[in-house]
Amino acid sequence: MPEKALNVGLFITCLADLFRPTVGFAAARLLEEAGCRVHVPLQSCCGQPAYNAGDRRDAQRLARQAIRAFEDFDYVVAPSGSCAGMLSVQYPELLKEDPNWAARARRMARKCYELTAFLADVLKIEALSARYNGVATYHDSCSSLRELGIRSQPRALLSLVENLRLSDLDDEECCGFGGTFCVKYPEISTAMLDRKLDRILASQPDLLLAADLGCLLNLAGRLKRRGSDIEVRHIAEVLADMAAETPGIGEGEGP
Amino acid sequence: MSSHAEPLAFKANARRALADRDLDTALGRMTSGLVPNRARAVAALPEFEALRDRARELKDHVLVNLDHYLERFETNCLASGGQVHWCPTAEDARRIVLEVCRAAGARTVTKSKSMIAEELGLNGFLEANGIRPIETDLGEYIVQLADEPPSHIIAPAVHKTKEQISELFHRHHARYGLSQRQTEPRALVAEARQVLRQKFLDADVGITGANFLIAESGSSVMVTNEGNGDLTQTLPRVHVVIASIEKVVATLEDATTILRLLSRSATGQEFSAYTTITTGSKRPEDADGPDEFHVILLDNGRSALIGSEFQDILRCIRCGACMNHCPVYRSVGGHAYGAVYVGPMGAVLSPALIGIERGLHLPNASSFCGRCESVCPMRIPLPKLMRYWRERAFDSGAAPAAERWALRAWAWAACRPRLYAQGARLAARLLRLLGGSRGRIGRLWLAGAWTATRELPAPEGRTFQERWHAERERSDG
Repeated sequence: MPEKALNVGLFITCLADLFRPTVGFAAARLLEEAGCRVHVPLQSCCGQPAYNAGDRRDAQRLARQAIRAFEDFDYVVAPSGSCAGMLSVQYPELLKEDPNWAARARRMARKCYELTAFLADVLKIEALSARYNGVATYHDSCSSLRELGIRSQPRALLSLVENLRLSDLDDEECCGFGGTFCVKYPEISTAMLDRKLDRILASQPDLLLAADLGCLLNLAGRLKRRGSDIEVRHIAEVLADMAAETPGIGEGEGP
Repeated sequence: MSSHAEPLAFKANARRALADRDLDTALGRMTSGLVPNRARAVAALPEFEALRDRARELKDHVLVNLDHYLERFETNCLASGGQVHWCPTAEDARRIVLEVCRAAGARTVTKSKSMIAEELGLNGFLEANGIRPIETDLGEYIVQLADEPPSHIIAPAVHKTKEQISELFHRHHARYGLSQRQTEPRALVAEARQVLRQKFLDADVGITGANFLIAESGSSVMVTNEGNGDLTQTLPRVHVVIASIEKVVATLEDATTILRLLSRSATGQEFSAYTTITTGSKRPEDADGPDEFHVILLDNGRSALIGSEFQDILRCIRCGACMNHCPVYRSVGGHAYGAVYVGPMGAVLSPALIGIERGLHLPNASSFCGRCESVCPMRIPLPKLMRYWRERAFDSGAAPAAERWALRAWAWAACRPRLYAQGARLAARLLRLLGGSRGRIGRLWLAGAWTATRELPAPEGRTFQERWHAERERSDG
């Protein structure tokens, strides 16, 4: 554990902010238990929807806004590979021709981490007080896996959860979310999603985990439509031992 | 599936493709074969990643010195008895091919696989001018019989099942006295070979593509797995190579470096069955070979990409790995794209050839999953290049107006975090209410594209920022 408390800015992400605050509290608990001071400055979106739709100018505006809000923290952590990839890989690319911002973007990019990578690689967490009775499958988001090269970290963290057995998918395929892709090309998205779910269901898990809420809403939404009762959660909820505190994604409080 | 689909009708094409069970079967077989085959071949070559870096450097160097290497190629090709035709446009290339065929008095020409020929629409053009083109690559032969364009750059008939091919051959081969229906792959191949054998001998001109042009020797290099290319180019009196300008590399050594990547990436083979290096026309001491050797150098918009944000696509060696690993291609196949070049590399190259207005869907129909880039032997950043096309479309107004305005309105709000947070609070409460005790929403106005196939998980009720600041005000100062 670091000697002086690290100041960590939590980039909550639009989807977690709106749909699943529990993810934010779980992330904060994990960071604080490891001795970090967690800060949540006023924030909106990382700009990915604009960036991926070809609206470079608005994406640049949002990038500058996020840099202004987060650049003074020791680290910036997002519970999402996709948003973390935007901050750490795409911002420098997006602002590379802006003489006032290129260096600031690069400087902040170096401090930005996806949550599981930060816990495993920077905080080097080797113990958790978490327990889950059941078999879990972990879905790698494309951004985590290919943009950020994160694969071992979430698995190492899950191995620290008592009683949890990981039934790993030998699969690198996209779940079909892809931001606005899933509503611009819904039939193709659903075909991708169904192929993914067929493989997930074949691994017979009790619990489906991922580190990106976009994938999770997509996977849970289709699983529920297909009548499955597999529990779907963000990995932070399980790592922070908060699975008992709130229903799974797409499930209600009661009958 | 319509055989000549329109790229602007991509959504409708895709819908039809998704409903086609045979297509799904064929694409599933392709993926389950080629993907693990490539992975094994790559794992068995420790220097694969280093080769990718080297190949990128080699090709980047050629691209920024393209005029130099093309002129060297021309000089050396002429010196070995070949003829070089510079063709700025597809029309120029078609005209030259026709002139060469007419000068040779050609009635039939054999062709080995060439995507440039597809780009030129060469078959239809030759037919319209009274010359019969005969495809000799098995996959190309199949799609020619079916009157369809290829659906994959290296496996043109990958969208067809064995059963469909059996039916097609049965229908077309009766005229050669082959009336017994064959159903086994081996027998089907033997039947095609039997039909094609005479056509190889009858052809007046042989047209092949090229995987590389070698500047230092004026040679062309072609890889095939069937040997059909060699028969196409050695039996007729005239051999025409059609190649785009970015196929040139400096030396044979450079070509062999890239060849080590090509087949491994394409099919998982260490090397293709045939690699043919062709230099000039038949010399007096040669046992065989054509009297005339022509090389068509096609630009067709490529030189305009040099120095642009799309230059990297000119490194492409047409291995097809990007489409083999693409979940969108896996879902809809190649025909849905309605373009000569399909899948991720096509999503970047095709808009350069047909315009972003017509090719609008191609770079948009991607979840940016990045598998294409991760397997591209030439390290082409395909998602990034697709995004550049989206930027061009957004800036030029080619993107739908409703989409652009919705995005601008959203971005306007997102640039005002306080307002955005208020909006999120409102949405969280509203959706929570609609979700009720089930915790999910089955149908939602304006979200039909989501809820047609998916439930929308309902929010917890209050936003994170709202709760955090209410509960944790002290710790956050």
